[in-house]
Amino acid sequence: MAKDKLIDTAVTPVEYDPQYILMVNGLKKYFPIKGGMISKTVGYVKAVDGVTFNLKRGQTMGLVGESGCGKTTTGRTILRLYGDKTAGQVLFNGQEVYDLTPRELNAMRPKMQIIFQDPFSSLSPRLPVGEIIGEAVRQHNIVPKEEYNDYIDEVMDSCGLQPFHKDRYPHEFSGGQRQRICIARALALKPEFIVCDEPVSALDVSIQAQIINLLNDLQEKNNLTYLFISHDLSVVEHISDAVGVMYLGNLVEYGAKEDIFRNPLHPYTEALFSAIPVPDPTVKMKRIVLEGSIPSPANPPSGCKFHTRCVHCTERCKVEEPVQKEIEPGHFVACHKYD
Amino acid sequence: MAKNDGYLSVKESRRISRENRRITKAFEKQHKRKNVPESEYLTQMKDPNNSVEFENLHPYFFTDVGTSKAVDGVSFDVPIGKTVGVVGESGCGKSVTSLSLMQLLQRPQGQIVEGSIRLNMGDGKAYEITKAPNEVMQKLRGNYISMIFQEPMTALNPVFRIGEQVNEVLQLHNEEMSEESVHERTIELLEMVGIANSEGVYKMFPHELSGGMRQRVVIAMALACNPKIIIADEPTTALDVTIQAQILDLLRQLKDKINSSIMFITHDLGVIAEMADIVVVMYAGRIVEKGTAEEIFKHPAHPYTIGLMNSKPIVGKKVDKLYSIPGKVPNPINMPDYCYFKDRCELCVDKCSGEYPGVVKLSDTHEVSCYRYYKKEGE
Repeated sequence: MAKDKLIDTAVTPVEYDPQYILMVNGLKKYFPIKGGMISKTVGYVKAVDGVTFNLKRGQTMGLVGESGCGKTTTGRTILRLYGDKTAGQVLFNGQEVYDLTPRELNAMRPKMQIIFQDPFSSLSPRLPVGEIIGEAVRQHNIVPKEEYNDYIDEVMDSCGLQPFHKDRYPHEFSGGQRQRICIARALALKPEFIVCDEPVSALDVSIQAQIINLLNDLQEKNNLTYLFISHDLSVVEHISDAVGVMYLGNLVEYGAKEDIFRNPLHPYTEALFSAIPVPDPTVKMKRIVLEGSIPSPANPPSGCKFHTRCVHCTERCKVEEPVQKEIEPGHFVACHKYD
Repeated sequence: MAKNDGYLSVKESRRISRENRRITKAFEKQHKRKNVPESEYLTQMKDPNNSVEFENLHPYFFTDVGTSKAVDGVSFDVPIGKTVGVVGESGCGKSVTSLSLMQLLQRPQGQIVEGSIRLNMGDGKAYEITKAPNEVMQKLRGNYISMIFQEPMTALNPVFRIGEQVNEVLQLHNEEMSEESVHERTIELLEMVGIANSEGVYKMFPHELSGGMRQRVVIAMALACNPKIIIADEPTTALDVTIQAQILDLLRQLKDKINSSIMFITHDLGVIAEMADIVVVMYAGRIVEKGTAEEIFKHPAHPYTIGLMNSKPIVGKKVDKLYSIPGKVPNPINMPDYCYFKDRCELCVDKCSGEYPGVVKLSDTHEVSCYRYYKKEGE
């Protein structure tokens, strides 16, 4: 796929900087569209189209955007869950994830984990909870055999599960508890980096708060790094240190949480933030309503991908693709408005 | 006992289901009657300015493991031209309340065993929904009450074109309409809900539209016959924030345009604050607090409402740790006989172990069910 002449795979490589646990540089992931009699590739869905960001150890980066903008694909591509990437670099602890041999990758896997969105479909209904959590622990020899049972109890305890839950099956649990099982499963491998793919979207408000608090506590205790994917901006604001805003495969803006929420620069970020409903009936929001919906990633608009819905759109936006620029220290935006 | 909690012997289970069948059969017989005289379900509204009045409503579900009291005595009014927001966690009975208004409860298990729902038909006439037979209900649904569902994906039929589905609603309720005028009206409806390419969409299938567009089509179908009351059951939960903003704007405009009331069901407090004039907070099948939006958001009284508000992170407000309500919702088959929220409440007093607290009026519109407010009233 990378050999395809139509795809621009050229990326200026970055040097490893030890303060960052994860460095993503120009990451692209295209999915081929097959068509015709002999299943020829007729086009590409540009799910992730050039994403660049760095993530410091022990921090949380929130990734927000509308559905279909490539948040989840970014998370999964970083973990090498889709086979091959199309272009770009993913440096985890300075090591290019896509250059690892299968054996090395196997050793790397426990270090990077994922928590999925839907706790109802991401747990095997046929395995008891102890086995769900413990299977990978045995596979990767995280603890010696003698300590295995105690270790599982300890992990379950830290996630708010009782030891007698071990022999139960996932269907016996409520949504919030299932999500705890998912977190325990990821945590049991002593990871350094966890991709949280909308972990609270399927839960009720009061359960949501429990899970967010749990994630925060675990982060403090184990010095974890999170990539927190969500479309709920208020949750992202609460949990993140840095925030990235995605639109149609591009990271349009990214920086420290305070900068992004206090001073959103990209027109899309502004519109997104103005659309958040505020639980206060006396506040009347001045809302920027975006016209239409997100275009198809198989056939994205030319130039700046947001120009079809942007209120500040100029002729230049229609032809020239904007590049990421640093406006204030650590606050990057990809928009022609700030040239 | 702890391990066998919720376990039933076969004998016991059979006895329950036999008993259930006896009860539900009697109810079904009532619903299926033909040519019922109108006088039987005609009633009077308590206040003619209300569009719908719920009074002491008890829809129960007769399941094989026992009777589930999904909603246990709910009373509130929906005034004409106002939006009433119903909030609560999943399983608290929000949807069941709205479905009983439509008489769309899963039958035969789901039955309204007690209470009344009065629907204002205009001109001083009112219908008692709980007593109305199926025949009558079919005429009411769509014409007077209509519903916008949560999942636009599943609410539309994937094998029919958009135009046909909207046409069907119009044809069913207006038999005298000619085919051309139905088509015209459908196009008009699609334009009204903000679909620019209405002729094109008319010929499309649901899968060709995005989530926001689908929800617009569902709204168009709901508004086809200018209903008096629209039930919006989590209409924006499946949508993105930017699309949600569009749909909420649209709903607000349309409500004023056809002068109807909206019963807005959601678990998102932000959406409620924006949409609702009156807010009803439900917990475990009962109303714990109701009042105008301002009262509820500025002076929440019930510990559950306060907890719910604190557990939601708010943009621009910094907290170190989110408040989370401890414990979980009680089992609807086996409800405690004291305040349902007592086990999770951090503010409970000695009295809370007594029977379920009655309603305390804090102001003309603000009511709360909690013992903490008994004193101020002087009991």
